[in-house]
Amino acid sequence: MEMINLTIDHKPVVVRKGATVLEAASGIGIDIPTLCYMKLEDMNIENKPGGCRVCVVEVKGRRNLAPACCTEASEGMEISTHSIRVVNARRTVVELILSDHPADCLICAKSGNCDLQDMANHLGIRKIHYQGEHSMYREDTSPAIIREINKCIMCRRCETMCNDVQTIGVLSAVNRGFQAVVSPAFEMNLDHSVCTYCGQCVAVCPTGALTEVDETGAVIRALSDPTKTVIVQTAPAVRAALGEEFGMTAGTLVTGKMVAALRRLGFDYVFDTDFAADLTILEEGTELLNRLSAFMAGDQQVKLPILTSCCPAWVKFFEHHFPELKDIPSTARSPQQMFGSIAKTYFADKIKVKRENLVVVSIMPCLAKKYESSRPEFSVNGNPDVDYALTTRELAHLINLGNIDFKSLQNEDFDAPMGESTGAGVIFGTTGGVIEAAVRTAYEIFTGKQLPRLDFEELRGMEGLRKATIDFNGTPINIGIAHGLGNARKLLEEIQAGTSEFHAIEIMSCPGGCIGGGGQPYHHGDSEILKKRQRAIYSEDQNKSIRKSHENPYITKLYEEFLGAPLSEKSHHLLHTKYFDRS
Amino acid sequence: MKIIAEYNMHILVCGGAGCKASQSEMIKTNFKNKLNEYGLADEIQVIMTGCFGFCEKGPIVKILPDNTFYTQVTPEDVPEIVDEHIIKGRIVERLLYLNPETNERVSDSKEMDIFKKQIRIALHNCGIIDPENIEEYIGRDGYSALGTCLSEKTPEEAIRLIKDSGLRGRGGGGFPTGLKWELTRKSISDQKYVVCNADEGDPGAFMDRSILEGDPHSVLEAMAICGFCIGADKGLVYIRAEYPLAIERLKIAIGQAREYGLLGNDILGTGFNFDIEIRYGAGAFVCGEETALIHSMEGERGEPTVKPPFPAEKGYNGKPTNVNNVETFANIPAIINKGAEWFASIGTEKSKGTKVFALAGNINNVGLIEVPMGITLREIIYDIGGGIKDGRRFKAVQTGGPSGGCLTQSFLNTPIDYDNLVAAGSMMGSGGMIVLDDSNCMVAIAKFYLEFILEESCGKCTPCRIGNKRLYEILEKITDGKGELEDLNRLRLLSNVIKDTSLCGLGQTSPNPVLSTLDNFYDEYLAHVNSSSCPAGQCKALVNYTIDADKCTGCTLCFRNCPVGAISGEKRGVHSIVQSLCIKCGVCFEKCKFDAVLIA
Amino acid sequence: MMFRGIASVSSNQITIPINSTMNKIKTLADLKKLQAEVQSKISLRVKGDSPESLIQIKVSMATCGIASGAKDTLTFMTEELDHQGIDALITQTGCMGYCYAEPTIQLTIPGKEPVVYGFVNKTKALEIIEKHIKLNELVDGIIPANYSSTDN
Ligand SMILES: Cc1cc2nc3c(=O)[nH]c(=O)nc-3n(C[C@H](O)[C@H](O)[C@H](O)COP(=O)(O)O)c2cc1C
Ligand code: SF4
Ligand code: SF4
Ligand code: SF4
Ligand code: SF4
Ligand code: SF4
Ligand code: SF4
Ligand code: FES
Ligand code: FES
Repeated sequence: MEMINLTIDHKPVVVRKGATVLEAASGIGIDIPTLCYMKLEDMNIENKPGGCRVCVVEVKGRRNLAPACCTEASEGMEISTHSIRVVNARRTVVELILSDHPADCLICAKSGNCDLQDMANHLGIRKIHYQGEHSMYREDTSPAIIREINKCIMCRRCETMCNDVQTIGVLSAVNRGFQAVVSPAFEMNLDHSVCTYCGQCVAVCPTGALTEVDETGAVIRALSDPTKTVIVQTAPAVRAALGEEFGMTAGTLVTGKMVAALRRLGFDYVFDTDFAADLTILEEGTELLNRLSAFMAGDQQVKLPILTSCCPAWVKFFEHHFPELKDIPSTARSPQQMFGSIAKTYFADKIKVKRENLVVVSIMPCLAKKYESSRPEFSVNGNPDVDYALTTRELAHLINLGNIDFKSLQNEDFDAPMGESTGAGVIFGTTGGVIEAAVRTAYEIFTGKQLPRLDFEELRGMEGLRKATIDFNGTPINIGIAHGLGNARKLLEEIQAGTSEFHAIEIMSCPGGCIGGGGQPYHHGDSEILKKRQRAIYSEDQNKSIRKSHENPYITKLYEEFLGAPLSEKSHHLLHTKYFDRS
Repeated sequence: MKIIAEYNMHILVCGGAGCKASQSEMIKTNFKNKLNEYGLADEIQVIMTGCFGFCEKGPIVKILPDNTFYTQVTPEDVPEIVDEHIIKGRIVERLLYLNPETNERVSDSKEMDIFKKQIRIALHNCGIIDPENIEEYIGRDGYSALGTCLSEKTPEEAIRLIKDSGLRGRGGGGFPTGLKWELTRKSISDQKYVVCNADEGDPGAFMDRSILEGDPHSVLEAMAICGFCIGADKGLVYIRAEYPLAIERLKIAIGQAREYGLLGNDILGTGFNFDIEIRYGAGAFVCGEETALIHSMEGERGEPTVKPPFPAEKGYNGKPTNVNNVETFANIPAIINKGAEWFASIGTEKSKGTKVFALAGNINNVGLIEVPMGITLREIIYDIGGGIKDGRRFKAVQTGGPSGGCLTQSFLNTPIDYDNLVAAGSMMGSGGMIVLDDSNCMVAIAKFYLEFILEESCGKCTPCRIGNKRLYEILEKITDGKGELEDLNRLRLLSNVIKDTSLCGLGQTSPNPVLSTLDNFYDEYLAHVNSSSCPAGQCKALVNYTIDADKCTGCTLCFRNCPVGAISGEKRGVHSIVQSLCIKCGVCFEKCKFDAVLIA
Repeated sequence: MMFRGIASVSSNQITIPINSTMNKIKTLADLKKLQAEVQSKISLRVKGDSPESLIQIKVSMATCGIASGAKDTLTFMTEELDHQGIDALITQTGCMGYCYAEPTIQLTIPGKEPVVYGFVNKTKALEIIEKHIKLNELVDGIIPANYSSTDN
């Protein structure tokens, strides 16, 4: 590898050719501040517009200051990262941003998590020398996301996620000069666009310009209403990230503390979405097996590959962009919606509460789940199966409001019956998990044999597109995995072209799967955090005594008492759905 | 050799955008009809040329071989020209240019100030050939430079020639053209592109438009030569959609060049392939910046990206791309035909050849001129431009448009070239040259350019998006009479940071008009700030109109024209202005024939 | 043909100039050939810009002139000068006001005053070329010059 010698603040550095000044500096412990720059290491996600100009440094011999984040180190460069010229420029640039920014920190959803706020503090800005007109844009509220664009600093991170990673292209810079802003085309509202509500834009926005719709108030009202029974379900990825909101290191599993906190908050029953995930596997796995058997029996009509359907952003994506393929995904509802549907029928009957008086709250790593729960097909006579879908972050706010010292809580267990789950349900939280869970069940049903091993390393990882062939006792089953909608698009285009080699494909909209969801604690561009959450999920699986969905005793009971069998009439009615052409 | 006019007389009617806007198409039609009436259609050719560069006096009609240059011709003048000049051989005096100094009519354009001292290389066919006829271009040595390169030179030799000529980019930056070609040649790739930058966003410039309207083939030929040199078979012209006539002419030219086999496959039997497409720009100034232009052509938002990588390494579709300006290209065929030494003999040590300037502002002769590098401002303003209008006092020249600055009296004798202009705190830019006199307020000038920038920046980077807005707001405060001394300091500090930190050339130069006026006209700023007055009387908020009792004749003209009834006075009595009512529109000042209205 | 047309092109539609001899230019030699052919069509524009440096012959071609054979004179002089390789600018002009003496021509040798000849038929034309143009000797038939040139 060709190496480059340079000096930064008089310190000699050697870096590989191609490295930026920013990378070179960080290698020797010099932390040049950045605002727009973001790189999710190993995930092929990088936002490098060179727009904020906070990272400027002085390069000897160059007329202008250079942005460290997008200036390649070159031989013999002499760089100064904190000369008076640099410091003055950097502070002026941040002052300029602040001069066009509402001073809302006290009441801003992003306060405490805001990169701009941190930057102003970091640089010790105490006065804004250049005051003037502020940009005035109207606020845009959708079922999942609020755009408060007056707080946008044009870092373009959301654009990179929406366009380059997700290939949706909803968000892009519009207008010129001082009026320039990131927005859907023609400054339309988000809910008039093809936005999937994947929330990846929110996940990366450094400021309060993009945030989730906050439903904590409604949940608090429900909890304090004596006529209501309020139950809660928690998605698998939440337990691997919630601790971060309370200063715990990323990757700390907080399942027991989370359950304890939810009880303190007053939820009548604390259940687990993982239970519904096991249910999903039975429905979806059976569907897969049926299609496979038909295919092997020579049925030309059968549609393969089967695609998972538990990610609502992905569902909205194909409804918009590939409506002609809407027969291919599994018809199984997502675990959140299966949970809601069973809760408001089976469970409501069990505890003898009327549907209207049962409030189902879900805690999700996800913004699309807010939208999903509002889809009309998931409600009965205007009463939704899931009433409120809060994010991991909103749960943290609730816990704070409840004056609960989260870290010192003792572990508690979920309630029965819908709190019981297997390791298979847990791994739904990461990319590759759903399909691995499905394989564990499908294999045993298909072959009638016990699996020799449960850990399918070939399905795991952070590669955006992965494939593996699993030997179903002599029948090779080709499996594809995509996370990030851009990767999903590639697989769908193969299907469209008739070149797809897969029998089954798992698709998750968020990079990393739900552990990287738009409702999770902010990762601030650190992909290590996502990897740690992933490891936590697999270790929870490992620690479970039951690790295959079809062995979950409460699921078996549910079929015996209520549903009959997977894909039964009742299952169809309660656990399956249909898709719409939204193109 | 015989020199024979196949037609015995040629009537050239200017078909530049300026003259076309004043019905030159109709003039041409009238000529044709009238000549038909006389049965002379076969003897006398009427053609539409590109711009003569004297648009202010347009429409222009030139009659050859009599070498008569008619100005401000209307369609109604045509019968008289035909009857008198063509048939009877008598010049129509009243349509000749009137030299304002000598009060004499001039019929030979060479005798007119504006055409004196010009050396036409880039414009050498403008106003001479019919731009819609490739044969006329060919008749003027057209495409022989391409032929020579393809058959007699290696790309390296041709590049060497361009390097030796000393040609530098006319798009503003002044980068050596030969060197750029060499760098693009050295980039290894299966596909390369030649791009012609015809975005021309500088509000005061129109030379690129004129070249494309008047001599499109010179640009096409040069692009093909560039393609040969760098190893590209595809060319793209990025032109602003607001230039319909130039687009039309370009389309015709490309069509004809293809027809004649001068574009397309196996050009002149040499195996060289090259074709050209047109791409339309949305018209923002920033889209002229080469990386923004490339993104715009790729269908992306027209905003710049950080350089390096330069287009020569990674340009259109990620492939090596050579971007040159229209005028740069227009110089190429002449350099190949006449040699590097010839070109290098014109101009200064470091800036060779000529530059086309759009001369405008408060000057007698407004127009498009091509002058040798190294000419002084004084020559341009007084010899070519005919001096300041209305005998006012020269104050400054703004060059380089929104990226440039002002040159004052003390630079009048400085030879104009890239480096001297930069040293003087301005720049060549695309060649806009606006002459200012003592009625122009320099603070207002700086504000004018910033206002333009506010609309035309892409908004990608903080200093340009917000910084320029803040600069503008400070200037507005000053011209409104609300400025403080500290604001002048702020202007300078902020300007320097914007220059230092902006992403692209737009932001890196946008504070130049502010800095240059601050440097050269600090007193004027001080007057606004300290005594709330605008010495030039341009900042409306700061002036008061009064009537000089000694001069007022009581003619009532001001009284009758004041839109708000702020003037009182009896007929033949002294008038006066009620300050509380006056909205400072300036009408009374303009109307008064006795200079009795004063600005203070 | 004398008036080989370059079809003029209206700006609204693309019409390609008609060129009878070739369509595609296939070699540099072809290009040079076409160049030589069309050069003359527009050389007038350049030379006409500084006519004073060339031998100029103006043939009166108003209605009266044409009627009296001016066109023949023009054609003859054109061909003869071409044949002899003499560089000159031959143009037609309007009526010179000497209708009685048509066809008339005005001959200007660079640096000299213009001279007008009347009744110029082919013989006269040849004489003018041989004597006045080549040897700078005046020929009979000069119309007294109380006439001043229309240009400059
Ligand atoms: C804000 C901005 C606007 C520009 N506009 C133009 C333009 O309108 N035309 C042009 O030829 N070059 C323009 N340029 C310069 C181009 O970026 C580029 O340098 C030029 O086209 C290269 O051609 P040249 O070397 O022949 O000058 C502009 C540059 C900047 C920074
Ligand atoms: S976005 Fe950040 S800086 Fe802006 S108001 Fe919110 S917390 Fe404060
Ligand atoms: S939620 Fe996803 S699809 Fe919607 S704008 Fe954000 S990134 Fe794009
Ligand atoms: S909305 Fe947020 S992420 Fe998007 S550009 Fe603005 S500040 Fe950046
Ligand atoms: S991957 Fe998970 S978090 Fe992301 S949108 Fe899909 S369901 Fe929601
Ligand atoms: S300097 Fe201005 S025009 Fe250039 S990138 Fe920045 S905002 Fe855009
Ligand atoms: S400046 Fe205008 S408003 Fe004021 S007195 Fe004169 S005419 Fe009237
Ligand atoms: S972090 Fe480098 S320009 Fe924004
Ligand atoms: S447009 Fe006619 S002279 Fe410029």
